[in-house]
Amino acid sequence: MSINSSAQVQNPNTANAKPTRPWTASPKDRSISALILLASVAISVLVVAVTPMKGKLAYFAVFFLSLLIIDYTVSRAKAGKQAGVDSLFRALVAMGMAIAVTPILSILYSVWERGHKGLRLALFTTDMHNASPTSPLSQGGILHAIIGTGLLVIFAVIVSVPIGILTALYLTEIKGRFTRPIKFLVQAMSGIPSIVAGLFILAAIVYPFTKSFNGIQGSLALAILMIPTVARTSEEVLQLIPNELREAGVALGGTQWRTVAMVVVPAARSGLITAMILGIARIAGETAPILLLTGGGDGVNTNVFNGSMGSLPFYIFKGFTIGTDESVTRAWAAILVLLVLVIILFTLARYLGNRKVGK
Amino acid sequence: MSLTQENPVIPAKRALTTKPRFSDKVFRGVVTAGGLSSLVILGLIFLFLLSQGYETIKSQGLYFLTGSDWVATLDAAGKIDPTQSHFGIAAMIIGTLLCASIAVVIGVPISVLSAIFLTFYAPESIKKLMVSIIDLMAAFPSILFGLWGFFVLGPSAEYWARLLHKYLGFIPIFSMPVDFYSRSPFVAGVVLAIMIIPIVTSISREIFAQTPLDRIQAAYALGATRWAMIRNVAFPYARGGIVGGSMLGLGRAMGETVAVYTVLNIIYKINWHVLLGAGGNVASMILLKFGEAGPAEVKALMAAGLALFILTLLVNSLADFIVNRSSKAGR
Repeated sequence: MSINSSAQVQNPNTANAKPTRPWTASPKDRSISALILLASVAISVLVVAVTPMKGKLAYFAVFFLSLLIIDYTVSRAKAGKQAGVDSLFRALVAMGMAIAVTPILSILYSVWERGHKGLRLALFTTDMHNASPTSPLSQGGILHAIIGTGLLVIFAVIVSVPIGILTALYLTEIKGRFTRPIKFLVQAMSGIPSIVAGLFILAAIVYPFTKSFNGIQGSLALAILMIPTVARTSEEVLQLIPNELREAGVALGGTQWRTVAMVVVPAARSGLITAMILGIARIAGETAPILLLTGGGDGVNTNVFNGSMGSLPFYIFKGFTIGTDESVTRAWAAILVLLVLVIILFTLARYLGNRKVGK
Repeated sequence: MSLTQENPVIPAKRALTTKPRFSDKVFRGVVTAGGLSSLVILGLIFLFLLSQGYETIKSQGLYFLTGSDWVATLDAAGKIDPTQSHFGIAAMIIGTLLCASIAVVIGVPISVLSAIFLTFYAPESIKKLMVSIIDLMAAFPSILFGLWGFFVLGPSAEYWARLLHKYLGFIPIFSMPVDFYSRSPFVAGVVLAIMIIPIVTSISREIFAQTPLDRIQAAYALGATRWAMIRNVAFPYARGGIVGGSMLGLGRAMGETVAVYTVLNIIYKINWHVLLGAGGNVASMILLKFGEAGPAEVKALMAAGLALFILTLLVNSLADFIVNRSSKAGR
C-alpha cells in the first residue's frame, strides 16, 4: 500500500536536520569585516603620515573613504555588483550614525574636562552675594542659581502640567470637534522660539504691570514652552490605555468624569509623571526668556513674586559674558551641574516610561 | 397559586437618556477649556506682540522687511526720532534663513542615514542605546550647544571653512571678500545642524518604522538586497515624512536663540558668503539689542519678534501638514 510505505520510509538524514541560519554572519564573515576595518585604519594612518594632509579630519576622511572602497570591492568580488552596493550603503549608514553621536560624546567630554575643576563644596553652599567675578574658586557659588532654577521650574510645572494634561485628555477622552485643530495648535506651539515666549511675557505682564524683574514672569514664559511637551507626551501615554478599562469603568455605572479620574488617569500615572519630567528637562536649561525676564540676582532669593532671581542658565551666561578666568571656570562647573541635572531627569523619565502602563 | 396572573402589570419602558450628568458637563467644560488654551496662548502672543510692535511696523512701513539698518536715534526729549531712526530686519531674516538652511543641508542627510541605520540595520541592543543617546541630546539646553560650539567646535569648524574656501572657493557662496572665518554663518549652521539631528532622526525613524512589513518581505522575496529594499520600498514610503521632519528641523533652527548668539557675529548687512564671519539672526539680534534698548527700541524688537513668530509658525504648520499627510497615505 502506498500510504503504508510512505509512512515507513523516513529519511534518517532529514529527521534530525539542524536548523541553519544562513543570514547570520559566520565567524569567517566576522573576521573579514574586522580585517576590513583594520585595513582602513592602517591606510588612514599611513596616508596621513606620508602625505601633507594632517589632523583629525584627514584621519577620518581617509578612513571613511578607504572603508567604503575596500568594503565595496570585497563584497563585489564575493557576491556581485548588487551585494557590493548593498555593503557600500551599510557602511554609509553606519558612518551617519557615528557622525550623529560624535557631537554628544564630545559635549559630554568637554563639559566634564572643563567643569570638574570648579566643583568644590563652596560651589554648592554659597551664592555670589559676597563674591566678585575675580574671587578665587573657594569663594562664591551657585546656591542661589540652584534654588532659583528649582523655584522657576516648580512654578512653571504648577502652571503647565494641568494645562498640558487637560489638553491631552481632550484629545484622548472627549475627542470633540476641536481635536484636529488642537493637535495642530499644540504642534505649532512646540515650535515657538523661546525668545518669542520671553517677549510675549514682556509685552503682556512686565511693561503694563510689574515693570521690574521677578521670578514668576520667567516661570510663565517657561510654562508656555513646557505645555506642548507635556501635552504631546501625555497624549501618547493616554492613547496606550486600553479602551477596555474605560468601558469597564462606564459599565460599572461611572460617569465619564469618574471613569477618567478614577480609572484612566491612575492607570496612566507613571506615564504622566514621565511627561512632566520630560517637560522639566526641556525647560531647565532654557536661557533666552530667563535673560529677558528674571534679572538674575547674585543672592539667594526665595520669593518668586519680588526681586530679581538667579538661575543656572543666567549664571552660566553671565559667567561667560564677564569672561574672567574664575568666572568662566565657575560657569563651566555650573554647566556640568545643569547637564547632570538634565541627564538625571532624562534617565528617570526613561525608567518610568519603560514600566508597563497600568502599574 | 397559579403562574398566570389575571392582569399582568407590564412595567413602563424605562426611558434611556444620553443626557450627560452635571458632573460630566463640568468635566467636559473644564477639559475643553484646557484643550483650547493652546489656541488662546498663541492668539495672545500674536495680539500682544502686534500691539507693541504695531507702531514700528507702521512708521517703518515696507522698510521694516526690506531694509537692513538698525539705528535708534533719540531726539532732545529722549524720545525716538522717527526721521532719523531706521529699523529694518531684512539682513536678519536672510541670515536666519541662511543659517537654518545650512543646518538642514548638513543635518538632514546625517539624520536620515542614522534613522535608516536604527530601523533596518542596528541590532536591538545597539538600537536601544543609540535611541536613548539621541533623545538625550534633544533635552540638552541650547546654551550648552552654544558654548560647546564656541569653545570646542569653533576652531575645528574654522579649519573646515578654510578647506572649503581653498578647494571650493570658485563657488560664489564659498568665496571670501576678507580673510575672517570666525563666528560665521557656517559655524552657526554646523551647531544648529547638530541641534536638529535629534528631532529629524526621531521623526524619520518613526516613519521608516511604519513601512508596511508585507512590502518589505515582498521585496526580500523577490531577491532584493537590503539596499534595494530601502531604495525601492522604504524610501519612497517615507519620503514625505522626511521632508516634513526636515521642515520641522528648519523651524527649530530658525527659532534658536542663545546657541546662535554665542557662535554668530551679527552684522547689519545682507551677507551671502557663508564662510565670512558676519551673519544675521532675528532671535539673537533681539537678545543682543535688548540689553541696551530704550523703550522705543524695544517696540521695534517686539515687531522683529512678531516677524520671527509668524515665520516659524508658517514653517511649522507646513511641516505638520506634510508629516500628517504622508503618514496617513497608506499607499
